[in-house]
Amino acid sequence: MTEKLRVENIVKRFGQNEVLKGVSLTAQAGDVISIIGSSGSGKSTWLRCMNLLEQPHEGSIAVNGLPLPLRRDRDGTLVAVNARALEQFRSRLAMVFQHFNLWSHMTVMQNVIEAPIQVLGLTRAEAMARAESYLQRVGVWHRKDFFPAHLSGGEQQRVAIARALAMEPDVMLFDEPTSALDPELVGEVLRVMRGLADEGRTMVVVTHEMGFAREVSNRVIFLHQGRIEEEGDPRVVLSTPRSERLKQFLSGNLK
Amino acid sequence: MFNFEIVIDSLPELAQAGWVTLQLLGVSLLAGLVVALPLGIARASDRRWLAWPVWCFTYVMRGTPMLVQLFLIYYGLAQFEFVRESMLWPWFSSAWFCALLAFTLNTGAYTAEIIAGAIRATPAGEVEAARSLGMSAWRVMSRIVLPSAMRRALPAYSNEVIMMLHGTSLASTVTIVDLTGAARELNARTYLPFESFLAVALIYLVLTFALVGLFRLAERRWLRHLGPRQTQPAAVGLAPSGAT
Repeated sequence: MTEKLRVENIVKRFGQNEVLKGVSLTAQAGDVISIIGSSGSGKSTWLRCMNLLEQPHEGSIAVNGLPLPLRRDRDGTLVAVNARALEQFRSRLAMVFQHFNLWSHMTVMQNVIEAPIQVLGLTRAEAMARAESYLQRVGVWHRKDFFPAHLSGGEQQRVAIARALAMEPDVMLFDEPTSALDPELVGEVLRVMRGLADEGRTMVVVTHEMGFAREVSNRVIFLHQGRIEEEGDPRVVLSTPRSERLKQFLSGNLK
Repeated sequence: MFNFEIVIDSLPELAQAGWVTLQLLGVSLLAGLVVALPLGIARASDRRWLAWPVWCFTYVMRGTPMLVQLFLIYYGLAQFEFVRESMLWPWFSSAWFCALLAFTLNTGAYTAEIIAGAIRATPAGEVEAARSLGMSAWRVMSRIVLPSAMRRALPAYSNEVIMMLHGTSLASTVTIVDLTGAARELNARTYLPFESFLAVALIYLVLTFALVGLFRLAERRWLRHLGPRQTQPAAVGLAPSGAT
């Protein structure tokens, strides 16, 4: 097994409020890890600390066994020592957001080829070939010349997944990828994500979809008040929860 | 009652003056944009020491009439001996240079505010997405924030351009024979103020409509992504594009 992502002992405070109290996670190649928990449990903040969109106060992160060098900033948070190393690091961890965050002034095709050209240094032709295969893969190739605002939410999120895939990242981070979608559009995005898991891609998914957590991921982490309350095989953890809090959370979520 | 023959006879002069107006407008807009782009970026910055001086500049330029700014530069500076004796005097004694300088600083200030506002209106999520894929701060600005902001700024900027077209009429107060200057000469020669000023008013009107039309075309091209979905996707180019 090769280690893809190691995140250790992340502590994050907003003012006096400590939202993450030392949480760690290691993803081996092919792992699909679901992070669940009620809102305010710190799960999205944790995910955003993994690619330094959010600056943690303590902790370390490493991709492919290579730790990202961090230093303490004046405000007490940790920042990358070197901007170039951070960019390189982020290009290995592609993120898919709750609100898609497609670039609104670019067409679907331009959205997908932008970072491969600008960050990875691909030629335009190479990037377009990649974009074609991934847009086909997520089923929105016929929308390649549309602008994001002219697509449905489900289509936008699939484009965002293709944009992340085009980086051919080592790990994909998903931040509640179906939470902003109409119920009837959730299925198409989950199907794409299940396909990616079946291909053996390494994924860390913050989600409210208990079905996805149970059936697709091989590990589930239940976060409560900034701590890992329970983790393990989803079929075990979700069917026979040990902690009272997870029982409560699941009874509120399983309808 | 009216005598438009004289106006028609002086059409060649009016055309010449119209060209002067367009030159004043074009040069000051171009130079103004060059000034406004870095100022707008600085003004939208989170860094106080970058944003604050720009705020001061735009506050002064937007808080005073352009005519007063022009007089300060053209008449005001000439009062000082060190200006008259400096190597810059050939420039500051020229009405053209002073008018262009005043117009450039003025439109530069307004445009900087327009650009800064458009930059601040960039959805935070789009910036995060760019950073999360490993784009450098420079690339995020040049590839995502500015292209998106400049498009959003178009409607406000079209107003600024029209205000500047009308603003160039102030050049006539410092001896430049632009459209307004030509109307004043025509009036002085013929004592027909109504016909003289009506003629240039119509020319300004035509120029304004032309500019409005140009911006409408530009918006149709650059702001398509904010409009309603095309009924025919082919209009956006579903036809196979070359490199695929």
